[in-house]
Amino acid sequence: MKILKIIAWIALIAFAIIQLFPTDKNESYATPETDFMLVNKVSSKIESQLKVSCYDCHSNNTAYPWYSKIQPAAWFLDDHIKEGKAELNFNEWNNYSNRRKKSKLRSIIKQIESGEMPMDSYTLIHKDAIFSKEEKETVLNYIKTLKDDLE
Amino acid sequence: MKTIKRSIGTVALVATMILTVSCKDANKNEEPSSASNEVTQVKMDSSKDMAMNNSQDAMAETILKDYFNLKDALVGDDNDKAKMLGATLAKSLGNLDKSKYSESQQKELTDIIEDATEHAEHISESDIKHQREHFKILSKDITDMVAITGTATKLYEQFCPMYDGGTAWLSTKEEVRNPYYGSQMLKCGKVQREIN
Repeated sequence: MKILKIIAWIALIAFAIIQLFPTDKNESYATPETDFMLVNKVSSKIESQLKVSCYDCHSNNTAYPWYSKIQPAAWFLDDHIKEGKAELNFNEWNNYSNRRKKSKLRSIIKQIESGEMPMDSYTLIHKDAIFSKEEKETVLNYIKTLKDDLE
Repeated sequence: MKTIKRSIGTVALVATMILTVSCKDANKNEEPSSASNEVTQVKMDSSKDMAMNNSQDAMAETILKDYFNLKDALVGDDNDKAKMLGATLAKSLGNLDKSKYSESQQKELTDIIEDATEHAEHISESDIKHQREHFKILSKDITDMVAITGTATKLYEQFCPMYDGGTAWLSTKEEVRNPYYGSQMLKCGKVQREIN
């Protein structure tokens, strides 16, 4: 019993201490000229779908959920966002060469088609990020046109 | 008693943090370590010979060698080997010396290398299905690179109409061994172009 008590105390103290390590927030409210939406003049319907489903991890501006203020959730989110932005940053779209744009568009199509993106661990909480069947089709068709235009 | 508890707690926390951090580093460094170095070593030597013989771009030849090794791993359905070779290729791509090419060629090579490196890196950490998806674009990049750098080796551009709406790759041999299907459809495809 005493051991359990000690473990509980350790856990509690550890939890308290890690709260002292905040993470830097991925927030920037200005949309750069290189943004995917501006460069491609995306229709407002597709824009809002992509923003809700992709931009939290694939842009410089995350709409943070309440639990992002608590560790270790904040670390977990931070990791995901860093990784997501390294793969694809919609804000930086026009800084990619045409070759890379094509590669990125192709990966976007593959990942959305196979349902790998948006990620399960994200849609678990962000139910609105899940594409309905029609939304998925509209978005995919649009991305495919963009890709064909670059060929 | 309280101070003891607190110090135990702190020690435990610090230990956990150190462990987490060091595990992460270990994972990252694991892949491109000793084994892949060996492979590079062997290839470096052979491409050096080639360069001496006919003043080709030695680093481009190394990149090609790495690409063909990777292709063979995919032909052999070998996910782990392809991971290792993807990392090797990513490293070689970074070493290409662009300085002797014209300005417009340099720009194109930069684009090619950037894209190819990303695909090679993905190959170093994916399952075989994804590796093959990335290999498709990587093949396009490497083909475009060869168009600029040239090569001393005779190459065959092969084409499989079945994979992803039609997909090409490069090989040093005329007979078709399909990297996109492996043993499932080893001989699917044909030679569509000869380089050199």
